[in-house]
Amino acid sequence: MGSGWETTTLAERAAEAMPGSLLAGAGYVLLAVVGASLFVAVLGMALIYAERKVAAHFQCRLGPMRVGPHGIFQTVADTIKLLFKEDIVPAQSDRVLHLAAPFFSMMATLLALVALPMSPIVQVADMNIGVLYITAVTGFGVLGVLLAGWSSNNKWSLLGAMRAGAQIISYEVSATMSLLVVVLFSGSMQLSRIVESQADGWWIWRAPVVGVVAFVIFLIASLAEISRTPFDLPEGESELTAGFHTEYSGLRFAMFFLAEFVNMFVVSAMATTLFLGGWMPFHIGGVESFNAVMDLLPPGAWFALKSAAVVFLIMWFRWTFPRLRVDQLMKLEWKVLLPIGFVNLFAAATAVVFGWYFFPF
Amino acid sequence: MDFFFVLVFIGLAGLFVFGGLFASRLLAPHRPNALKNSTYECGEAPIGSGWVQFKPGYYLFALLFLVFDVEAAFLYPWAVVLREVGVAGLIEAGLFILVLIFGLAYAWKKGVLEWV
Repeated sequence: MGSGWETTTLAERAAEAMPGSLLAGAGYVLLAVVGASLFVAVLGMALIYAERKVAAHFQCRLGPMRVGPHGIFQTVADTIKLLFKEDIVPAQSDRVLHLAAPFFSMMATLLALVALPMSPIVQVADMNIGVLYITAVTGFGVLGVLLAGWSSNNKWSLLGAMRAGAQIISYEVSATMSLLVVVLFSGSMQLSRIVESQADGWWIWRAPVVGVVAFVIFLIASLAEISRTPFDLPEGESELTAGFHTEYSGLRFAMFFLAEFVNMFVVSAMATTLFLGGWMPFHIGGVESFNAVMDLLPPGAWFALKSAAVVFLIMWFRWTFPRLRVDQLMKLEWKVLLPIGFVNLFAAATAVVFGWYFFPF
Repeated sequence: MDFFFVLVFIGLAGLFVFGGLFASRLLAPHRPNALKNSTYECGEAPIGSGWVQFKPGYYLFALLFLVFDVEAAFLYPWAVVLREVGVAGLIEAGLFILVLIFGLAYAWKKGVLEWV
């Protein structure tokens, strides 16, 4: 499939260094740990800042302005404030599960970051089952939500968690249907190879029509999985107080919040990798001069730009669509998205078998 | 090696959550009292436990999810090799998906998908 890009992952480098010197291998592990911690912390704060600024400007407000220039240190200040807040655990709750819940949420988010290809050389591990791996580990998120709701021993929390659980597992099915479309076209589940298969055009348009349909289904289903508006009923404040995290305060609440925002990035990164070419620059097959200009921007920047665009789209949705009702939510998934997903999958399979797609190999 | 890093990241998640909470315990005030630790229910004393019965409808959706998610696990390897197996693979998967669609239609007709 050679696309002229050399790809390496951190795991490969560590495996190479390991037999010679254990120290170098440990160094790579340390690099991954420190890099991922910094990445998650900075990304989380940046996304919360961006969300507040985007929200403000959609409503003709300025948003945070006081802490630092244009308020860029506002989220840092908020994080420090949350660190100094008392950690209240209700007396009636199941203390062990109450503590385990934020861990599972955080774990789901961090594990998804392992497989994301952010540039040819920035990727921790490149499993040959990348797509399945991401679907599997993000599934831990629902465990965190259900545990949080159950352990709190609070009616709001329990109802919120059950709703969230039903919503997340329902939309998981549609998300899988659209992921399968890309696996069909690229013939691989390895994320780096999916990116490389898009060297001559991104699957969103290279796969005729089915690519766009799959992208839209994936975006809707993912929004529901990360409980973003218009699918934020699990924390519908007017009916359920705060849903599953009603009984969480201080840093425990912050962990859920951080996981939620980083999940938004994970979803955008997945949409970018699968449908928008990942770190691949925008190329038109055969037009060399145009491709040369596009190559001026490094792959990492392409990935960042595309993901940021999808993140902005998700934030935009919040100020455009009203929240769905719970019966509308279930109807949308099981009676609209899932049948469309099935038909789309079969159409995609037909297109692959007969080679009906643009710029064939 | 790939999955060793997965283990490392599980550890990192533990460090993030438990380390953060430990730091917060050192820095933040900790003065619990009976009222503060009571269950939140809009200022009322909660009646009974929070572990109440909930809709059986959730169970039906969980069952449906199980069917379609296991089916996805079968479709992943099919999607990878479809180019090699060609039309025969297409027809077989088509029949498989058709059976599932009948299942969905049955659930639909039985009213499982209604949320009341």
